[in-house]
Amino acid sequence: MSNNNASNNLITAKRAVNQLRLEASIRRIKVSQAAAELRNFCLQNASKDPLLVGVPSSDNPFRPPKSCSLLNRNLIIFQLKKKAETNQ
Amino acid sequence: MACQGLQGGETVASLKRESESLRKKLEEERKKLSDIELNQVAEKIEVLGPLSIKTRRVLKGHGNKVLCMDWCKDKRRLVSSSQDGKVIVWDAFTLNKEHGVALPCTWVMACAYAPSGCAVACGGLDNKCSVFPLSLDKNENLSAKKKSVAMHTNYVSGCTFTSSDMQILTSSGDGTCALWDVESGQLLQSFHGHTADVLSLDLAPSETGNTFVSGGCDKKANIWDMRSGQNIQSFESHESDINCVKYYPSGDAFASASDDATCRFYDLRADREVAVYQKDSVIFGASTVDFSLSGRLLFAGYNDYTINVWDVLKGTRASILFGHENRVSRVRVSPDGTALCSASWDNTLRVSWAAYL
Repeated sequence: MSNNNASNNLITAKRAVNQLRLEASIRRIKVSQAAAELRNFCLQNASKDPLLVGVPSSDNPFRPPKSCSLLNRNLIIFQLKKKAETNQ
Repeated sequence: MACQGLQGGETVASLKRESESLRKKLEEERKKLSDIELNQVAEKIEVLGPLSIKTRRVLKGHGNKVLCMDWCKDKRRLVSSSQDGKVIVWDAFTLNKEHGVALPCTWVMACAYAPSGCAVACGGLDNKCSVFPLSLDKNENLSAKKKSVAMHTNYVSGCTFTSSDMQILTSSGDGTCALWDVESGQLLQSFHGHTADVLSLDLAPSETGNTFVSGGCDKKANIWDMRSGQNIQSFESHESDINCVKYYPSGDAFASASDDATCRFYDLRADREVAVYQKDSVIFGASTVDFSLSGRLLFAGYNDYTINVWDVLKGTRASILFGHENRVSRVRVSPDGTALCSASWDNTLRVSWAAYL
């Protein structure tokens, strides 16, 4: 019985060491580079983000918008893209 | 399998020492590359303007706490599950209840919509995850077609379909995650490594390959390879249970919500935490998180009944959403990013979106 416990502890400890060796060996990049890429992703997609940009209040967001009666250039682009997607 | 690699003379004590030194090495390696903070990189970006996100629909119909919800890929249907065992499929536009099924168990903590839109999966205190095909015939008894897929030895806390209707991934109070074949109910892969209940999981966006993230009561968030079952990366910086984990839309990072009242942001390629979203006035646990389409906003639901909207890059709070009258158990942004659905212990779901005149 005690032999079993001892070998179980050994197995668990060995597993932990192997796992840590694996994690320690992965390739990492600098936070500055990672952060820059996160920032760029946000900025590139900001104009297409409906919770940031909004939808015209006369529209129901669950239906594709029917008309572009607004002057906002970004919104017009967003609506055209959405239309193209639903037509595909 | 377990005895491989044991070398002569290795004892538990020597292995523990090696563990310690490896842990220290891991910390040093991560620190070396930590040359700047995320919010510093974001300093030059314009501050977000006021957000016009408001609740526009309230879905009433559950008789008890709503514990989970998931959007359908058609961007307007959603499925929700509650403490009294009921699972409801709604049309968020018309507020119609399209399907309803009563499970024989209480606390249905997990529910998910299949990619095809033709089935839903749910599970909870019954330790199982079952799949129900959705029939076009409203009168049909959905319970009759129920298929038991996953079997855990403790409650099922989370479930999701993978890229098709054919496989589901589950997380459980038994400390494991598992991948199942829906048709046969066969266990395809199991994921061991957490040392306490696993409370949440999220699949990586399809472009980034076969991985998923899980978080649990051991305060750890783990990244797993779905094919090999291997734990690839592990993050431990929360001070209490991790209730929810969610990938950033690009797949290069993920966020977590915890009972320690913070949400945190981890970058996978830098292999470390890169932001903490917290405020002195926010003292209640966070139970759920999700990102907006661009990843700029992080919606987090708390036990103080509010939803805090965080500016992911700058680390500041951009807005608060009020309205729920009890804990917020789940927030989910719709597949095209248009709307946010929040589920609560106040028995309702709320759908919110940003609109302008």
